[in-house]
Amino acid sequence: MEQLIQQIASGLASGAIYALVALALVMIFTATDHLNFAQGEMAMFSTYVCWQMIQWGVPFWPALAFTILFSFILGVMIERIILRPLHNASVLSIVVVFIGLLAIFHSLAGGIWSHTIKNFPSPFPNVTFAGSGYIGAHQIGMIAVSLIMLFALWGFFRFTPLGLAMRAAAQNPVSARLVGVNVDWMLALGWGLAAAVGAVAGAMVAPVVYLEPNMMASILLYGFAGALVGGISNPAGAVFGGFMVGVLENLVAYFGNLTEKTFGIYIVGNGEKLTVALIIVIAILTLKPAGLFGRTTVKRV
Amino acid sequence: MTAVTAPGAPTADPARNITRTLVIGLVLMAAALPFLVGKSGVISNFTFLQLSLMIVYAIAVLGLNLLTGFNGQISLGHGAFFAVGAYTAAVLIETYGVNYWLTLPVAAVLCFVIGYLFGLPALRLEGHYLALATFGLAIAVPQMLKYKHLEPITNGVMGINLMKPDAPFGLALSSDQWMFLVVLIVAVAMFWAARNLLNSRPGRAMIAIRDNTLAAGTMGIDTSRYKATVFGISALYVGIAGALHAIIFEFVSPDSFRFELSIAILVGAVVGGVASLPGAIIGGVFVQFIEKYADAMTKKLTQAIHLPLELQPWTLYGITLIVLIYVMPGGIAGGLAALWARFRRRA
Repeated sequence: MEQLIQQIASGLASGAIYALVALALVMIFTATDHLNFAQGEMAMFSTYVCWQMIQWGVPFWPALAFTILFSFILGVMIERIILRPLHNASVLSIVVVFIGLLAIFHSLAGGIWSHTIKNFPSPFPNVTFAGSGYIGAHQIGMIAVSLIMLFALWGFFRFTPLGLAMRAAAQNPVSARLVGVNVDWMLALGWGLAAAVGAVAGAMVAPVVYLEPNMMASILLYGFAGALVGGISNPAGAVFGGFMVGVLENLVAYFGNLTEKTFGIYIVGNGEKLTVALIIVIAILTLKPAGLFGRTTVKRV
Repeated sequence: MTAVTAPGAPTADPARNITRTLVIGLVLMAAALPFLVGKSGVISNFTFLQLSLMIVYAIAVLGLNLLTGFNGQISLGHGAFFAVGAYTAAVLIETYGVNYWLTLPVAAVLCFVIGYLFGLPALRLEGHYLALATFGLAIAVPQMLKYKHLEPITNGVMGINLMKPDAPFGLALSSDQWMFLVVLIVAVAMFWAARNLLNSRPGRAMIAIRDNTLAAGTMGIDTSRYKATVFGISALYVGIAGALHAIIFEFVSPDSFRFELSIAILVGAVVGGVASLPGAIIGGVFVQFIEKYADAMTKKLTQAIHLPLELQPWTLYGITLIVLIYVMPGGIAGGLAALWARFRRRA
C-alpha cells in the first residue's frame, strides 16, 4: 500500500512535467491549429541555455528568467521567419518543417554542448518534511511550478486585453482582424509563450532525467498523450491529462511489477513506458478524439 | 501539394516512348554492371553495397510516396515497418534457415497486415493527428523490439547477425555483386507494380482521395477502405525494403531502427518529391549518400566557414528540409519537371 501511494506521488510529479509540455502544445494548437513536433527539442535547447548560464555562475532563478525571455524571443522569431511564409501551405509541408526544426535543435544542442549526460541542479532546497518519505522536495516544487504556470496563463487569457485578443485571433481570425486585432502578431506571441512554457518544463524536468539531447523525445510523447487525454483545445484539461498520464504510467509499472512478483509473469515494466504512451495516444485518438474535456469541432464543408 | 503529372492514357506520345526506352536501357546497364566488372575490382564490393543500399532506400521512400504523395496521408513512423521487415527476414533466415528469397513475401504479407491494422484506427485521423500517431509508433518501436517476451525471437539488444548469401549457379560474382542484382530485380518489380497501380482505377481513386476526400466519397469511392489498404501497401513496400536491408547489411538490432530512420525516409521522400516515382529514386540515393557522407561533409563545411561549433549531419538534414519546402515543394523531381516544362514552353 505504501508503495502504491509512493508510486502515485511520483506519478503526480512526472505528471507535472507532462502537464507543462501538454500546456505548451495546447497553446500552439489553439493559436495555430498545428501540433508542434519540435516543441520538445526547443524545450531541451532552452534547458541547455539555462544550464550554460548556471555554469557561468548565474544563480538559478535569474538564469531561468533569462532563459524564459530567450525562449520567448526564439519562439516569436521562428514563427515570424520560418512559419509565416508557409501560412497557406499544406499540412505535410508544415509537419516537414517541424521535423526540420526538431533535427536542427537536436543536432545544434549536441554540437554545442556535446552528447554527454549532464547534471542539472534542482532549485528547490533538499529539506525533509511530513510525507517526504513519499515525495521529494523537487517533486513538490515541480507540481507547484506547473500549477502556478497554469493559473498565470489562465489569468492572462481570461483577464488581460492581450489574452482576449489572442483568443479572438485563434478562434476567428477574420473577425478579429476586422475589430483591429493584429492577428499575425498574436500567432507569433502564441509561439513565444509556448516556447517559454517549454523552457520552464525543461528546467524542471532536467534535474530528474539529466540533461542530454535525447531527454525530451519520450516526454514529448507523454505530453501529447496528456494533451489528447484532456482535450487538445482545452488548457486546463491538458494539465489534468498530463497529471493523469503521469500517474497512469507509474501505476502500469507498479501493477506490472506486482503481477510479476505474485504470478511470476512479466507483462509490462519500465521498458514498455513508451509503448504504453503510444497505446494511450492511439486509444484516445480513435475512441474519443476530442479528449475528456475538449470541444468537438464541427467542420463546415 | 502540387498536382502530379496525370498518369495518362497509353497514347503514342513520342516523349513517353523515349522515357520508356531510357528507363529500360538504364536498368539493363545497371544489371550488366556486376557481370562486366566481375572480379576485376574496378568497382569495389563496398561500392556495390552502397549502390544496393541506395536502391533499398528508394523502395522504402517509394512506399512512403504512395501513402503521402499519392494518398495524402502523413507518416512519421515508417521506420517501424522497415524494422518489422528487417526482423522478419533476419529471424527467418537465422533461426529457421529459410531461403532469403522466401523471406521477402513473408515480410511483405506481415507488413501489409500490420500496416492495414494500424491504418484502421488511423483512418479517423487526419493531417497532424495521423502524424502524431505514427510519430509515437516510431519512438516506441525500439522499445517493443526489446520486449522481454520477444527476446527469444529478437535476441534483445544484441540483435541478430546474418550471413550474406553467395551467388547461385556458380556465377562468377561476389556476394555483394549478386545481392546488388537481387535488390535491383526486386526494385524494378516494385516500381513497375507501383506505376501500374497508379495508372489503374484504384490508383486514380487514391489520388482522388488525396485531392479531396469528401468529393471522392460522394463519387462512390470507399475512402476508409482505400486509406487503410494504401497504408498496408505502403507498409508492404517499406517492409520489403527492410528485409532486403537486413540481408545485405547482415545485421539487425533495435537501435538500428530508431526515430532517425523514420525521419531519413521522410527526408528522402521530401527531397526527391513526394508525388513522383523517379523522385523515390532520388530520395533513396539522397538518404544513403547523407548517411555515408554527411559526417565528412559537415566537418569540411565547419572548417570552411570557420564555425566555432561542430556542425552535425542532422543540422544539414533540418536545413535541407526547410529550404526545400520553400524553394521546391515538389522535391527535386518536381523542380526538374517544372524546369523542363518552362524550357519546353520557351522552345
